[in-house]
Amino acid sequence: MTAKIEMIGVKKRFGSKVVLNGIDLSVEKQSSTVIIGGSGTGKSVAIKSILGILTPDEGTIRIDGEDVTRLKGAARDPLMRKFGMLFQGGALFDSLPVWENVAFGLIQGHGVARSKAKDIAIEKLAKVGLTSDVAYLSPAELSGGMQKRVGLARAIAADPEIIFFDEPTTGLDPIMADVINDLIVSTVKDVGATALSITHDMTSARKISDRIAMLYQGKIIWNGPTAEIDRSGNPYVDQFIHGRAEGPIKMAVKA
Amino acid sequence: MNFFAVIGRAVLNLLAQIGRVTRFTGQTLAATVSVPFYGRLLVQQIMRIGYFSLPVVGLTALSTGAVLALQIYLGGNRYGAEAIVPQIVVLGITRELGPVIAGLMVAGRVAAAIAAELGTMKVTEQIDALTTLATNPIKYLVVPRLLAAVISLPVLTAVGDSIGVLGGYLVSTYNLGFTGSIYLKNTVDFAKSDDIISGLIKAAVFGFIIAIMGCYNGFFSKGGAQGVGAATTNAVVTSSILILAADFVLTAVLFHTS
Ligand SMILES: Nc1ncnc2c1ncn2[C@@H]1O[C@H](COP(=O)(O)OP(=O)(O)OP(=O)(O)O)[C@@H](O)[C@H]1O
Ligand SMILES: [Mg+2]
Repeated sequence: MTAKIEMIGVKKRFGSKVVLNGIDLSVEKQSSTVIIGGSGTGKSVAIKSILGILTPDEGTIRIDGEDVTRLKGAARDPLMRKFGMLFQGGALFDSLPVWENVAFGLIQGHGVARSKAKDIAIEKLAKVGLTSDVAYLSPAELSGGMQKRVGLARAIAADPEIIFFDEPTTGLDPIMADVINDLIVSTVKDVGATALSITHDMTSARKISDRIAMLYQGKIIWNGPTAEIDRSGNPYVDQFIHGRAEGPIKMAVKA
Repeated sequence: MNFFAVIGRAVLNLLAQIGRVTRFTGQTLAATVSVPFYGRLLVQQIMRIGYFSLPVVGLTALSTGAVLALQIYLGGNRYGAEAIVPQIVVLGITRELGPVIAGLMVAGRVAAAIAAELGTMKVTEQIDALTTLATNPIKYLVVPRLLAAVISLPVLTAVGDSIGVLGGYLVSTYNLGFTGSIYLKNTVDFAKSDDIISGLIKAAVFGFIIAIMGCYNGFFSKGGAQGVGAATTNAVVTSSILILAADFVLTAVLFHTS
């Protein structure tokens, strides 16, 4: 089986601050991988590098075997149509109503007629537990959790081959979080998408992933099947998944 | 020496800035001539940039024309040349004050608004979100604003020119003892189409400057609310300075006086 997404030796720094220091990660077709890791370790930066929002300083990124590391402009368009992305902060277009946010990729990227795109948008909104009256509100009129769900609906609206979820369940109540977990699972299992997610929520990570990769100090320090996460034998992973303050990972806080 | 390091850094920063603006302008022009074309957005921006600027441009043009007439009358009086008011008013308004006032007013109103809007979109990752939805942000956000500004500014200037002349006419006929029909005849006989057209060309260039500086500062704003605030200020300051500089260059080029 060929890898859908491959990162090989990817490095990225901002000024003198090294964020990614040689990431190797590969995600199989129609599988779901979750990246875990402390706040500020570069999980979002890793995903943005794959999306081409950030360009790595070194290393290679392949999608379906094709090197896309430095693909730019119009040459990138067909690639972008394969992607769906849920941003950590939502990144909803505040000048457009909710339905147009969800339908945006269909209308602009895929050339679907507005009325048809609107029907699809309302259907996707229903999948994330939002009724059609929400469709006509502006994003600013929604609660944080509702915005997150609109972001999710937008990410899956065009049935992308590859979906990135940056903290899909943060800010949701436990029940809604589970609904979203189910949605992510069914998107991968039924629709056949490949998913790469970031989460701090271990319940969600266990439920939505086939594999888990842990990012620490710019590198993937553990990567294995979700079922084996409790037997990783890696003290960093153990500390993280059990949320212990004591352990090899030191937080930069003064006692 | 520290002093030289400071100067050196400032010069390097300036050059880097010019490089980035040039690159941004190039990307925008390339995007302007390629598909798709967002007609709906262009109309929306013409409303926001052009139509809603009419009151402020009209008002400033009216008072400028009125004050100009008064000053020329008082100045001309010293030589017994006060009859020249209509000629100088129409010349000054169409060639110079019409486009510059429209440019500066729109720079304050629109460049700031564009920079604030795009800057907020930048810091909330909405611009990144556009790329993930297979939409080129320059084409979607910058091109409609650029075209709208280049189309709107000459129209605003034409309206401003008329209202400015009207301002001069009102003051001259009500306060300075001119006869209305003679004032108008002198205005129309004196003004040449070159005077008007040169002002409209200037206005189009000013529109280009306003849109590019507004969009550029928004696109490259950093940080949160503070960064957006700085982008807004920069957009107004840089576009105003560039408008005045371009005005000088254009005057020299259009009238071959350099
Ligand atoms: N555009 C940028 N410019 C400068 N520094 C950045 C930029 N984006 C991210 N960083 C830095 O890179 C580091 C990693 O950021 P990132 O957003 O990837 O963290 P994260 O792992 O997603 O954390 P969290 O779990 O809190 O979301 C941070 O220290 C951040 O300050
Ligand atoms: Mg993050």
